[in-house]
Amino acid sequence: MAILVVVESLDGKLKKASREAVSYAAQMGGEVIALSLGDTDQEELATLGANGAGKVLTVAGNFASSSDAAEAVSEVMKSVGANVLVMAQSAKADMIGGRVAIKQDAAMVSNVVSLPDTSNGFSVKASIFSSKAFAQVEVRKDKKILVVGKNVLEIKEDCGTASVESASVNVSSDNKIKVTGQEKATGDVLLPEANIVVSGGRGLKGPENWGMVEDLAKVLGAATGCSKPVSDMDWRPHSEHVGQTGIKVAPTLYIAIGISGAIQHLAGVNSSKYIVVINKDEEAPFFKAADFGIVGDAFEVVPKLTEAIKALK
Amino acid sequence: MKILVCITHVPDTTSRIAFTDGDTKFDKNGVQYIIGPYDDYAIARAVELKEANGASVTVLNVGGVETEPTIRKALAIGADDAIRVNAEPTDALFVARQIAHTAKDGGYDMILMGRESIDYNGGQVHAMVGELLGMPSVSPVMKLDIEGNNAKMTREIEGGKEFLEVEMPFVAGCQEPIAEWKIPNMRGIMTARTKPLNVVEPVASDGSVAYVKYQQPAPKAGVKMAQTVDQLVDMLKNEAKVL
Ligand SMILES: Cc1cc2nc3c(=O)[nH]c(=O)nc-3n(C[C@H](O)[C@H](O)[C@H](O)COP(=O)(O)OP(=O)(O)OC[C@H]3O[C@@H](n4cnc5c(N)ncnc54)[C@H](O)[C@@H]3O)c2cc1C
Repeated sequence: MAILVVVESLDGKLKKASREAVSYAAQMGGEVIALSLGDTDQEELATLGANGAGKVLTVAGNFASSSDAAEAVSEVMKSVGANVLVMAQSAKADMIGGRVAIKQDAAMVSNVVSLPDTSNGFSVKASIFSSKAFAQVEVRKDKKILVVGKNVLEIKEDCGTASVESASVNVSSDNKIKVTGQEKATGDVLLPEANIVVSGGRGLKGPENWGMVEDLAKVLGAATGCSKPVSDMDWRPHSEHVGQTGIKVAPTLYIAIGISGAIQHLAGVNSSKYIVVINKDEEAPFFKAADFGIVGDAFEVVPKLTEAIKALK
Repeated sequence: MKILVCITHVPDTTSRIAFTDGDTKFDKNGVQYIIGPYDDYAIARAVELKEANGASVTVLNVGGVETEPTIRKALAIGADDAIRVNAEPTDALFVARQIAHTAKDGGYDMILMGRESIDYNGGQVHAMVGELLGMPSVSPVMKLDIEGNNAKMTREIEGGKEFLEVEMPFVAGCQEPIAEWKIPNMRGIMTARTKPLNVVEPVASDGSVAYVKYQQPAPKAGVKMAQTVDQLVDMLKNEAKVL
């Protein structure tokens, strides 16, 4: 039975999360077919073979409208006979998945964090309550849509090769959505994709003090993030707001500077592999959720840390 | 203009999340309930649009009678009337079917809701409702303005923002900074008591998923404190192996 994986790219490069999704599907067993909507370089797409795809299908066109994208995905699912659709967690996956679920009468599970357990029916573990809990979710329809969280499984890098072909599906756009422009977020490393995140909170006192956060991020090749009040006060752009009501990140390393560790902030970061907390208050709740910590004034600790890491490299 | 805002009734963001009955049920004991924070942005924007252009704002919740104080809060913020679909939600598909059924003949120009609920975090309902009603659906929307028969929206995308023009009627999943959360004032709270809250019965929906068992995350092993920056660097290099 074929498994279809919708992959996404950013600036012409496949997203790491999409490679994870392909690896996830490969570990489920069966034929894995990746699907790329819009135009991504064929050579880049062919590299999905290493992650476990046997074939990559492309559908050219402008998929501004989620209903067009969902129609294309649904048609390809039918034509390749896929009963399972896998996607990496993203806003696009939500928009497409919900519509495909209706079109295909499929059951959809978001924030999946385990491979399916098929010992008794079909169930997956999913993160719920903004990563404050997990649930074992029984999937009760023949067709299934699994939206997989970040860093759930190791990415496979040595599976094989994939052919790239264009899928013959016709999507008649309803033209109800037009993209009139795009704006790129500032910063070299994108927050949702970052392997290391350096975040600052209200403890940094003002936007003028972010230079040291950026310096540290730079030596680490990290993205910068912030707490909600920091973006609410416009010290930093909203695209950097991390937490329950902002971006949920799952990097290998999350460094929190001058952030108290409110439960809403933790909900956005507690899937990180390692958390480092720098806070001048030894009672700050964030230390309880951290792996490593240092009590001290950020204005002294952070520049020293940056220098020490520079010296290492 | 007619606006429908769909809200969830969810545990307060500071709630302790625990389970009972052999980890098969969420423990409601001592939990405070609120309007979903993302849904709260949707209501706030709907009320702003009403104040700016004139509109009627209806709130909709799928839930048992215990959600009525949450619905009244939405009325206090400025919605005009409310509908409660009298059923315990079982999955996203169930909720989407109730919303689509209720909205089908309502003549709404837009259906707003949060990008996701903060209990099951599915982020699926807006797209399902859009598909069921044949409307465009967009999420997460961080800015929304109306111009004639079109909405101008800013959507967050990985790596930036996208600017869109969307034909009405549409479904939008909202997030900040679409509007600032509104706190009901005394007059709002008084008038909310007498605003219409209509209770309707649900339509049937087959279950697509079932939450059979819950689990709490494993506690952290405990923090290792560094006394100096050099010690911290050493930990990152040799223990976490991230440098
Ligand atoms: C519904 C809801 C949703 C929310 N969603 C989010 C969310 O998604 N993300 C989020 O972040 N917040 C969220 N919040 C807000 C959250 O409750 C906290 O208010 C917020 O996270 C606090 O931000 P902070 O840690 O930067 O500031 P503070 O709590 O003010 O903490 C500042 C910290 O800096 C430390 N500090 C001060 N000076 C220094 C110094 N010189 N050196 C080192 N440390 C120093 C202090 O000891 C303190 O721990 C939400 C709140 C609500 C009600």
